[in-house]
Amino acid sequence: MDDDMSLTDTSGAADGIEGTVDTTAERVYSEFAAKARAALSGVAPEPGAPKPDPILVANGVRRAFGGIVAVDVDHIEVQRGSITALIGPNGAGKTTFFNLLTGFDSPDTGTWRFDGADMGGVAPHRMASRGMVRTFQLTKSLTKMSVIENMKLGATGQKGEKWWNGLFPATWRRQEAEIEARADELLKRFRLDHMRDEYAGALSGGQRKLLEMARALMTNPTLVMLDEPMAGVNPALKQSLNAHVRGLRDEGMTVLFVEHDMDMVHDISDWVIVMAEGQVIAEGTPDDISSNTAVIDAYLGTHQGRSLLEDE
Amino acid sequence: MDIGFVLTQTVLTFIGFQACYFAIAAIGLNVQFGFTGLLNFGQAAFMAAGAYGMAQTVPIFEISLWWGMFIGIAYALFLGLLMGVPTLRLRADYLAIVTIASAEIVRLVVRSVEFQDTFGATDGLIGYAESFQQVGVDLGLNSTADYGFWIFTFSGRDLWRLIVGWSLVAVFALIVWSLMRSPWGRVLKAIREDEDAVRSLGKSVYSYKLQSLLLGGTIGAFGGMYFAVGQAAVQPDVFSRDLTFFVLTGLVIGGVAKVTGSIIGPMIFWGIYAFLDSLLRELVDKPVRIGDFTLIQSTDIGAVVYMVMGSGLVALMVVRPQGIFGNRKEMAFDGR
Repeated sequence: MDDDMSLTDTSGAADGIEGTVDTTAERVYSEFAAKARAALSGVAPEPGAPKPDPILVANGVRRAFGGIVAVDVDHIEVQRGSITALIGPNGAGKTTFFNLLTGFDSPDTGTWRFDGADMGGVAPHRMASRGMVRTFQLTKSLTKMSVIENMKLGATGQKGEKWWNGLFPATWRRQEAEIEARADELLKRFRLDHMRDEYAGALSGGQRKLLEMARALMTNPTLVMLDEPMAGVNPALKQSLNAHVRGLRDEGMTVLFVEHDMDMVHDISDWVIVMAEGQVIAEGTPDDISSNTAVIDAYLGTHQGRSLLEDE
Repeated sequence: MDIGFVLTQTVLTFIGFQACYFAIAAIGLNVQFGFTGLLNFGQAAFMAAGAYGMAQTVPIFEISLWWGMFIGIAYALFLGLLMGVPTLRLRADYLAIVTIASAEIVRLVVRSVEFQDTFGATDGLIGYAESFQQVGVDLGLNSTADYGFWIFTFSGRDLWRLIVGWSLVAVFALIVWSLMRSPWGRVLKAIREDEDAVRSLGKSVYSYKLQSLLLGGTIGAFGGMYFAVGQAAVQPDVFSRDLTFFVLTGLVIGGVAKVTGSIIGPMIFWGIYAFLDSLLRELVDKPVRIGDFTLIQSTDIGAVVYMVMGSGLVALMVVRPQGIFGNRKEMAFDGR
């Protein structure tokens, strides 16, 4: 792990949603964070706000399951090189939206563009080679394969993954060695190198989250989509996961993540998008969001059973 | 009772013709079921595809027997596409349903009177295997003379088909073994565990599953081809559900997802079968009675053998669920 990461103050300790935001002043942001925040500083904190350099743009994405509209996102943009958090109460449609964007589910209507290319109807397995990779809410480490095999699986464009080449190691051995070297490097960075040859099933829950993230990086993504990276992870490991997520941005990747842990959201994200009942109800910097009444209502439930979208 | 005879029978069946073509089919099934997790319950159909492709050459198409290899492969690929294309996008259960039904359809088609001129109906096909036997003779194996030593004495014809068969086993085992150590095999094993994870990493799961089904099916077809030339006759009812499930049982005994398991499993299956069968036949030369109750008589032996083997399989699954050569550690991590 790079040293400059440890400079970043991670003590966002007791910020509640309404909580004080005075810790902001103490934080030391990396150069990349400062850049991302500067780029976003001119963006209006309102749903669907246009960004200066969006990597992902979605328009009118709607998905209904029977009578329930799970996702109905009018317009959304994700700034390149930023860490964008997608938050919202349970059932807000965050994971469904993720599934739609990554092709694991198809929307009823809507289009979305990634890096300028239309991604509607693109099969999920084509996303990775285009630079878009996702992780899952319930960790999908392949437990019966070793940690290093898990990692090597992540590399795209492998010659040896064609069956006719499979029979002739000469055609893929060199590439395999390169992949293995890259995998070892990533494992070291994620502090999993001591588990290299163990079955992934022998890892703890938190280590599996790390493995899944590391494996996703093997695809050389430009946009990393993390679905609840902190779910079921203990506080100590959370800090290190935080640092890893920041590290992704500092290497030039864009991160979009779903999270419930408000401390983490406030701590690491440059921009926050809030969803409720399938719609984007608020957007803004973490500080904007902390003081946004619509968000507080959505989380704390002042509406008490009535629709969040209903006017009072 | 002649225990020597029983043991001789056991050993000879262990390395015999039946064990051999079952092993070829099991190597194929292992690619699908063991490594990729595809529930193919229709391996008999692929074997029938190979066998009929071979058997049709001389009597029906009036071409050389050796074209049968290509016809058999073509049949198997066609069958695999037919089964796989519509179902492999769906959940695993659907493939199981489709394969078991397809295998029955294949058997019913080849035994139907309608297609008597193409598949020979219930009589099956004969009179095509001479060129296969001739190669053995040309290599100096007199088909009626005996070769070998001690109990391992075979007629030239038997020896020839065993040599060919076990060579095929070796070739396919080597192919599958090296494929499973390649990145291609790694993708298959990952699909067995979690398709979505593999999809998110940029692999077309559907395409890999289809490749696996076709490869395993083609190897299964080679099992059928070998059966056809070794037996010099094919009948439709050989390719019943029993065949699929005996192959599967052999594979499970040996240990799924292990190449050695897929070879030795079927050998053990037929070895045990021969042992029990000849042992019981030696023991029950007259009906065994308790008072008026007939415990067992010679006509019951077939059924009793399968009962005993079934119980043995249950016991094996309790004591060693990974099979004889399976990997216990791999079994230990379940779920996610």
